[in-house]
Amino acid sequence: MPDRVLGAALKAREDVGQLRGQATYVADLAPPGAAHMAIAGSEQAHALIRGIDTSAAEAMQGVLAVVTAADLDGVLMPLPCIWVPGGTESHFPPHPYGVPGARPVLAGDRVRYVGDPVAAVVAETPEQAARAAAALRVEYEPLPVVLRADEAVRDGAPQLHDTVPGNLNARWTCGDREAADAAIEAAEVVVELDIVNQRTVNSPIEPRGCVGAYDPRTEEYTLWASTQSPHNHRFLLAALVLGIPFTKLRVIAPTVGGSFGTKGYLYPDMALVLHLAKVTGRPVKWSDSRRGLMTSTVQGRDQRQHATLAGTRDGRMTAVKCVAHANLGAYPSTIGPGVATALMGRSITGMYDFQAGFCEVTAAFTNTVPLGAQRGSGRAEAMFMLERLVDRFADEIGMDRAEVRRRNLVPADAFPYDNGLGWTYDSGDYAAALDRALEIAGHGAGTAERRAEARARGRRLGVGIAGYVAVCGVGPSTRMSKEGMLGGTWESANLRVHPTGEMTLTIGSSSTGQSHETVFAQIIADEFGVDPATVEVAHSDTGGSPYGQGTYGSRSFSVGGPAALAAARTLKAKIVRTAAAMFGVAEDDVVYADGAVGVPGDPERTKTFAEMAMVLWYDWDLPRDVEATLDATSYFDPPDFNYPFGVHIAEVEIDEETGAVEVTRYTAVNDVGRIGNPLVVRGQFEGSILHGVSQALMEEARYGDDGRLLDPDLRSYRLPHAADVPFFQLDQTVTPTPHNELGAKGAGEVATVPAAAAIGNAVCDALGVAHLDMPYTPEKVWRALAADRGASTGKEATRS
Amino acid sequence: MKVNGRAVDDDVEPTVVLVDYLRSELGLTGAKVGCETGQCGACAVSVDGRAVKGCLALVVQLDGGIVETVEGLAPDGALTPLQQALHDEHGTQCGFCTPGVVMAMTDLLATDPDPGEAEIRAGLSGNLCRCTGYQSIVRAVLAAASQGTADAPAEEAASDA
Repeated sequence: MPDRVLGAALKAREDVGQLRGQATYVADLAPPGAAHMAIAGSEQAHALIRGIDTSAAEAMQGVLAVVTAADLDGVLMPLPCIWVPGGTESHFPPHPYGVPGARPVLAGDRVRYVGDPVAAVVAETPEQAARAAAALRVEYEPLPVVLRADEAVRDGAPQLHDTVPGNLNARWTCGDREAADAAIEAAEVVVELDIVNQRTVNSPIEPRGCVGAYDPRTEEYTLWASTQSPHNHRFLLAALVLGIPFTKLRVIAPTVGGSFGTKGYLYPDMALVLHLAKVTGRPVKWSDSRRGLMTSTVQGRDQRQHATLAGTRDGRMTAVKCVAHANLGAYPSTIGPGVATALMGRSITGMYDFQAGFCEVTAAFTNTVPLGAQRGSGRAEAMFMLERLVDRFADEIGMDRAEVRRRNLVPADAFPYDNGLGWTYDSGDYAAALDRALEIAGHGAGTAERRAEARARGRRLGVGIAGYVAVCGVGPSTRMSKEGMLGGTWESANLRVHPTGEMTLTIGSSSTGQSHETVFAQIIADEFGVDPATVEVAHSDTGGSPYGQGTYGSRSFSVGGPAALAAARTLKAKIVRTAAAMFGVAEDDVVYADGAVGVPGDPERTKTFAEMAMVLWYDWDLPRDVEATLDATSYFDPPDFNYPFGVHIAEVEIDEETGAVEVTRYTAVNDVGRIGNPLVVRGQFEGSILHGVSQALMEEARYGDDGRLLDPDLRSYRLPHAADVPFFQLDQTVTPTPHNELGAKGAGEVATVPAAAAIGNAVCDALGVAHLDMPYTPEKVWRALAADRGASTGKEATRS
Repeated sequence: MKVNGRAVDDDVEPTVVLVDYLRSELGLTGAKVGCETGQCGACAVSVDGRAVKGCLALVVQLDGGIVETVEGLAPDGALTPLQQALHDEHGTQCGFCTPGVVMAMTDLLATDPDPGEAEIRAGLSGNLCRCTGYQSIVRAVLAAASQGTADAPAEEAASDA
């Protein structure tokens, strides 16, 4: 065992079952007697429903039930939205409990996007259910379609919701508009960009799924679902959707095959399998398909930004301003409105010390799939905008791009640092991260020669730097309430020591691939000085856990971890108190060290951790004020967010013939405070980087004018392969946060935040253009090259 | 056909694909369904010694075939050298693509015992992973290749977390 278990690169215990094909995902569940559900989605992007003929479907072989919105009236309430960021205007569809914001489980009189669920069918087999769903006859009266947020809020745009005038969900601002405008007005240099941060389909490899069961004897429902927030979903489904006692719903997340933000949302299918399990008297299983996922599951990003940065000729950046339109899709998803506003808007200053900043986000509903989080959500959109502006500014004043960044970093002695837009950065040494990244990437050294060498090979080389600060560790509950979150955002842990000295730690956050069972065992084993193999970690079952919130906003280790540590420390104090009473000495005379408690230098008066577990289990001859056994539950509500940061440097080569962009080098220095398990965190960094690279190079949820996705499955919606990236060069600096006992900051999504920006800066550098929107597909890049060639020969590029 | 050494004799509808049959009829849920169109590779299994996408192969095509799934690679309590290398490098996070990656790379190492980085990346062209950025997977396969590809499964290290 290493000196310290916490911080050691222990291999993940979850790996083994996965490598053997023994991990159980929701689609692997086969409850006895299960029936199967299919959902019929709208074929129209916007239409009135004139009627649904279910007779043919109901008559088909194996069909057990068909439900439409009319059958759910008074049975299933709409799905609530619980992040309502407010602003000068704020409008949502209604919910009977007065929760601001909702979507119906099934569309009733109107559909609002292609795929909007209109009916559900339960049959004996999945194939029968699918055939019956296809046999439903829905009569639509098509309505005009609007797909862009900026167009949705214009006069005369098609209206989606009666209660949302002008499709305007929120007009939200942060910062000081007057100060920013004044600084821009007075500035020596102003650069501006219009940016489309394109919509993406989040695409975990496991599509979503769920199984519902109902026991008529106890009136209890059970939901197995691929969710990253089982506790939250239990509360919202029981209280606000089914309207049943909290005690009558248990939610279990089996192994979840990746999420990246998508599985933290309430979806119609969850409510439907529960209701239909009661209706049919059978467990009801639903497994989404990939084609289904493209419209059943929240999509990401989708902002149109007008961005402005002001500064001086000698390289001081004075103000940043962003006016954005955010496309929320057809309905407010569970937390979508907050993602598109606060997480983006407050983040636009990044690593830099501006005198003034301002952001306005107009969030609107359109006839597209509802918007949600995608890894790095909000912060990635902010950082792409900011870091592209910084390059523009550097080019405008003719200064080295790294040097401009260095001159404007928040200095290491300025923490806590108020960024003027609502974030108070906790700790950091941004210059150290920048220097380290530049050093590893060999920045500047020989770049000109390599550019020339690449050019000789018919390739254009480009280098892109992007720094970031990413608000994480969501979050302080009171603060989140002021951001419009309708719920607490603490985390919890229960630690129960068994008579043998083995332990079960039950945590409120769930893993979707982040190795919680390994890392949380390290926290506990480290605190007690015992073998981590003796610590079992349970999660993701509301029947067995204390309450919890879930895994999102890179919070599990930095918010859930301290709760686990606190539970361990409570029990450690109890062990010391009990030992002192047993040994007849003062508590101060007893020391807990190396897995044992006792009077130093006195082996007769020393007991191991496991021995103390047995002592407290028997509860013989102990003082009356010492309760039997070792069992503690702790909650942690952090005093503030934490703020990981770092600098990434990408190098790309563009093929002049084809426009193909190859990532030839990628350097990333991240600082996430203290790390629990470097092997696990490295994996989070590496995967996160590829998410950002993927958005930059290939991902885009393209909608046709009729509101249909043009790339409705993985045959044409591109995701990156192994050959699309080289090995990344990673390093880290370690600046602990003062906001928790672990010193840990969020790590799960942070490396996504600057990655698209680093690629964007590298591509624009290679092309020598002021800006090009993502994704950098060969066609788009080839067109840019053709335009450049045309310009350099004095004539318009005509080949296109 | 034979599945993981066990004879399977059945009459199957001509439209049934291999991965669905393995999962629902034989209870072998190791192979996953991620895309149904042959892109993600989570459904890969071995047919007559080569990795095949279970969502594209019809069961009726496999009369007399030798099918091996991820569950059949190593006896209980053991990992193949490739699986062990993936464990050492943490080459699996959510694990959903993992069975397909294991089958594809088992095939690669059987065909080319000493692949370089480029060969490994090319060999992964039929698999999608959203968690690892492929970094730890490629590292693991390089490590497994450099150790040789002895068939003997390694004992699971007891000192793991």
